[in-house]
Amino acid sequence: MADNEVIMKGNEALAEAAIRSGCRFFSGYPITPQTEILEYMSWRMEEAGGEAIQTEDELCGAYMLFGAAAAGARALSTSAGPGFSLYQEAISYLVGSDLPAVLVDVSRIGNALGDISQSQGDYELIRKGNGHGDTMVIALTPASVQEIVDDVQLAYELAEKYLHPVIILYDAAIGQMMEGVTLPEMSEHDINKFDWSVKGIEKGQHGRKITNVSYFCDNMYVGYEKYLRDKYKAITDNEQRWENVEVADAEVVCVAYGISSRVCKEAVRNARAEGIKLGLIRLKTITPFPVKAFEEIGPDCKGIEVVEMSIKGQMVDDVALATKCNIPIYGYLTSYLVPDSEKVIEVAKDILAGKAEEVL
Amino acid sequence: MATKEFKAPEMLRTGDPTGFCPGCGHGTVGRLGFEVLDEMGLLEKSISVYDVACDSLYMWAIDTDCVGTAHGRAIATAAGVKRVRKDCPVWAYVGDGASYSIGFQHTVWSAVRNENITVVIINNGVFGMTGGQMAPTTLIGQKTTSSPAGRRADVNGYPMDITKILTGQDIAYLARGSIDTVANINKTKKYIRKAFEKQMNNEGFSLVEVLAPCPTNWGLSPHDSLERIRNEVMEVFPIGEYIERGVK
Repeated sequence: MADNEVIMKGNEALAEAAIRSGCRFFSGYPITPQTEILEYMSWRMEEAGGEAIQTEDELCGAYMLFGAAAAGARALSTSAGPGFSLYQEAISYLVGSDLPAVLVDVSRIGNALGDISQSQGDYELIRKGNGHGDTMVIALTPASVQEIVDDVQLAYELAEKYLHPVIILYDAAIGQMMEGVTLPEMSEHDINKFDWSVKGIEKGQHGRKITNVSYFCDNMYVGYEKYLRDKYKAITDNEQRWENVEVADAEVVCVAYGISSRVCKEAVRNARAEGIKLGLIRLKTITPFPVKAFEEIGPDCKGIEVVEMSIKGQMVDDVALATKCNIPIYGYLTSYLVPDSEKVIEVAKDILAGKAEEVL
Repeated sequence: MATKEFKAPEMLRTGDPTGFCPGCGHGTVGRLGFEVLDEMGLLEKSISVYDVACDSLYMWAIDTDCVGTAHGRAIATAAGVKRVRKDCPVWAYVGDGASYSIGFQHTVWSAVRNENITVVIINNGVFGMTGGQMAPTTLIGQKTTSSPAGRRADVNGYPMDITKILTGQDIAYLARGSIDTVANINKTKKYIRKAFEKQMNNEGFSLVEVLAPCPTNWGLSPHDSLERIRNEVMEVFPIGEYIERGVK
């Protein structure tokens, strides 16, 4: 077996993949269920010649990340639920300053302290939060350890393409599970590759200013309004990612991401064996929301089944907009329990029998 | 008669107005930092990090690499820059509200981790840019817009003294200067120079607090503001060197 093919826990695979993607700055603070990332980085980063810092809090971690990103490094900060709430202000500053950086939220159950088990209750935090102002990030939602690894490399590429923060969101189940993965080869990032990053100037050069990009736009916010709207449009047009499974002829289409989408995949397979036309739209990005995935839904579709570990059903609004409210939306919503594939099929049968209740 | 020409560094573009109020201490303190870097041959390589308030006006006056960050987070940001740019002199130039109030944990923890950065903190006893509210360094009895009857110890606590909080901490350098007289300005410049020397020597965290006037929010003339520093502020915040690694 090649050295790059290993069995790893999701959180540790994320850390290793980040280092192999050229990340040489990490900040973190202990919080379950993502502490393995901090622990892994605390020995591995030094081997790679980088900096891993356990900060006094998430605020410091986020702003050290801001500084490292301003200096041109590939930087990473990770947290979970309550800790990720503390990143919000810094995310707005990263957006406003056009800084590429990668942040990770390993979501856990509950508002307030909640508990440490898996959940998908941070959807809106990542999709619609991101601090004050007109903010939007790019948000990737891997559903396996391999996809975590692949998404880390992608996250840095997107961050640097758009000069924008990218968030990887996955739940505790995926962070904690061990799976076989193929790791990328080790690569180095050239910290001097960007003209815009602070590095000290040469004689005759002008100083670079990393601050609100709006200050440099024509007529400040007149120019910035267009600049940011164009950027968001480019992200929305170009970066929708999804996986459709048997959607075209499906009578019920599940919509899910992360651990829930894996369960749905099994449900689609089993339902089809029973002759039930179930399909799945798996969201690989939640921002931009993959509206294009919904174009494949055929005329036979009787309803959408949102499968989500969220008490509110946080994804429902986005699904309603993606379908222009033309298809009834039903839900199989849990909180800390990973959905069950048999129940996914049961709900689909209820939808087809007219016995299910719409969530909107 | 011998004359001496005081000349600001070329890159501190004196043609561009900073927007500081008349008599403001920033004009002197920030310039000291840039002069020191210039004299050490480090100005081009330097990276300065600003908070959001009056200090950040330097970002447009100095033609070097600068980072503007969130309120209270300049020291954390500077530490992040330095961790990946070890060859560059990195300094945070911040106010007392940022470093002793909202971002206090980063001031203390950057010292605990002995982050190899230089921090210059303006102590003018008020939140200047927002119109003169009470700061951690506001003196007892001092009237501000948010302590209109004067700061009260029983309600607001006592003025915060960073030299007491960092006493015994294993950092490279800690000093407090003042710009109330030419002699003290020169002394403060020596402190700032020492702070940068320590950083370039990789000795770790160096902090220089500087007592400075805010005539606008103190409601005093520039001249009377300097008198107030001498007669009232220095009583509470004595100037001098407090920690110097290798010197007992």
